[in-house]
Amino acid sequence: MANSAVEIGIAHAPHEVPTSFELGKLGMWVFLAGETMVFGGLMGVFILEGISHGGWGSDGAHVNWRLGAINTFILFTSSLTAALAQGAARVQDSPRAKRYLSATALLGVLFLVIKAFEYAGDFRDGFTPLAALFWSFYYVMTGLHVLHLLAGIVVIFGLMFMVTPRTPAGWLERKLKYVCLYWYFVEVVWVFLFALVYLAPTAG
Amino acid sequence: MAETKPQSAPSTDAHEKMGFWRQYIFSVDHKVIGKQYLFLGLFMGYVGVFLSYVFRWQLAWPGTAVPIWGKVTAPQYYELVTMHGTIMVFFVAMPVLLGAFGNFLIPLMVGARDMAFPRLNMASFWTILVGSVLLLISFFVPGGASHAGWTNYVPLSDASKYLPGNYWGGNLWLIALAIDFASVLMGGINFLTTAIAMRAPGMTIWRMPLFVWQELVASVLFMLSVGPLIAGVVMLLFDRMVGTGFFLPEKGADPLLWQHLFWFFGHPEVYVVAMPGLGIVQEILPVFARKSIFGYRMIVWAVIVAGILSFTVWAHHMFVSGMNPVLAEPFSATTIAISIPFAVMLFAMIATLWRGQITFSTPMLFALGALANFLLGGVTGIPLGTNASDIYLHDTYFVIAHFHNTLVPTAVIAGFGGIYYWFPKMFGRMMNETLGKLHFVFTWVGFNMVFVPLFLIGLGGGQRRIYMSSVYTFYKPLQPLHVIATIGLLVIIVGQIPFLLNFFLSMFRGAKAPANPWHANTLEWATDSPPPHENFHTIPTVVRGPYEYSVPGMEQDWAPQAAAVDAGAAQG
Repeated sequence: MANSAVEIGIAHAPHEVPTSFELGKLGMWVFLAGETMVFGGLMGVFILEGISHGGWGSDGAHVNWRLGAINTFILFTSSLTAALAQGAARVQDSPRAKRYLSATALLGVLFLVIKAFEYAGDFRDGFTPLAALFWSFYYVMTGLHVLHLLAGIVVIFGLMFMVTPRTPAGWLERKLKYVCLYWYFVEVVWVFLFALVYLAPTAG
Repeated sequence: MAETKPQSAPSTDAHEKMGFWRQYIFSVDHKVIGKQYLFLGLFMGYVGVFLSYVFRWQLAWPGTAVPIWGKVTAPQYYELVTMHGTIMVFFVAMPVLLGAFGNFLIPLMVGARDMAFPRLNMASFWTILVGSVLLLISFFVPGGASHAGWTNYVPLSDASKYLPGNYWGGNLWLIALAIDFASVLMGGINFLTTAIAMRAPGMTIWRMPLFVWQELVASVLFMLSVGPLIAGVVMLLFDRMVGTGFFLPEKGADPLLWQHLFWFFGHPEVYVVAMPGLGIVQEILPVFARKSIFGYRMIVWAVIVAGILSFTVWAHHMFVSGMNPVLAEPFSATTIAISIPFAVMLFAMIATLWRGQITFSTPMLFALGALANFLLGGVTGIPLGTNASDIYLHDTYFVIAHFHNTLVPTAVIAGFGGIYYWFPKMFGRMMNETLGKLHFVFTWVGFNMVFVPLFLIGLGGGQRRIYMSSVYTFYKPLQPLHVIATIGLLVIIVGQIPFLLNFFLSMFRGAKAPANPWHANTLEWATDSPPPHENFHTIPTVVRGPYEYSVPGMEQDWAPQAAAVDAGAAQG
């Protein structure tokens, strides 16, 4: 099919890409727009169902908001270290960037560990996904968030292993621009979840 | 970003065989991926046609044995109609219009060497392939494929007690759909990023071909509408597999929620399919009328306005669902409003033909056929979008005829036009015109033989989703129309023989195609047929808009967008 005779004659120019756009970052923004609608749809449904039930009542009163608050703090801190990693990568200080990144990923792991204890406690008290509509929403929404966080942790660990002393300058800085964007998005989603699932139902 | 390594040119036959897998199967080249999508879409399309053949036979001659299939049972009937809709919308229209044409054409039309993320592009194809295979496997699981209708309404689709025995069919339907959405999301990220950030020098947004605009808006619509339905699919899977009650009224939930989530996506989705189809028509019309498109910017704005409005119309699918009737008025108003931008587009396309030098070659015939039937589809949408008349027409064959007259002209008829038009670019060979015209006549006449009678059945009160119409007295006078419709479908099926012959024979035996066989302006014609690896020998510089045909005072009646003819193209 391919015209081999012509192909030999091609002078391979590098990809001519307008420098004003960073493809990875643009692609990530597009992806996050789609993701916003996934979480937005879920949260919108949760809010509307809550309204039509006249609030979640006693079902929502048993969420462990203390662990939720601790996790919010942990996730905020992880975003701070992610931002610091970006700052370090900007001045080409890869070792420092890697240290901050490992802090970010480990804080993410810590979040998951606490979340696991929280789920275990909920289950022990009988609040399974089948207990009530509120708890069905609780597990689907926080579970989807956990999956996103897990993906972020894997990507950050992967990035750290890919950075060697021979990595070209600026590579990590470019990658972090959209990896961190994703991380901040996952954090912002959590902020909304914390307000919706932990604060609003327990406030009465 | 991710570079595609220049591949070493195969010099002998043995080398070509070695490179086959890398070049044509696990390829990251957008052109190869586009063709893979095309083959997948065509295959699934003919599976979908076969399903419709079985249930249409049952509709025309209820209870008789269908040749090749045998007698149709009631569960089989619902399985057939469910899977026909699902396959045609999600596994034919989207792979062909977005996957095949979008992939193949967007980088070529904007003057890029490949998509922004070639590996993501490959992942997108293999993802939808997995989804397609899962969907086809679901025919063979115990209980068969989903019976719940292509809209999969709850509570019918929710708990196994409503459709006993259809457990895995229903689950696989949801899983296949989620995979399909993931695939199109990956594609959408590529389409948007490529069209925004990888345009050749001089390719301003107001010089982009309308097809690229339509794909862009379609991608945005998809990205922003599918999220809630993905959430809904996850929730429904939980309901079915874990036992939660997100949609079950007995557990205090609202069953209408699924309809809202489905149609919040579902209505933009029909434009996701329709817009690229209209884009194909808008590429073909100026070339074969040798005239500039009428109102280029007006069309672009119409597409954008239609895109925005498409998020505000979804509940017109739910006028009889039991939702708050107060909502019917605003949704009727937005639905009638959305016909305005589409009318603008249609008039612009008709005005493009006005006093043009029209050549009735095969792509043009398909484009004109698409235009005519899309008009019929659009006009019949008004009584359905108006709640007063919809209450009578809802769930009748009028609805079926309406949406087939919107989706088939754009996805199938325009899609075939696109295949005839871009085949020389895709495979480097010309298709046979006589066989092509034969294909057009059978397909278009057959299509109208199916769906004009269905309009009449619907107006006569013929309800859809009735397995054995012969048991109802009120259906008796409508039955001859069903027979005509089924004969029309047989005409369509016969008409596919010249197409398949033409498609596969031309691929290997057709006359070698020149670089620009139609004397068209857009950038894909400024490179070889088929384009070399990385598309262009040198990235073209764009100096004008895409539709400057028959400009007074010019020697030739077309003015390519690229500044100078690509050096390599002269050889091809």
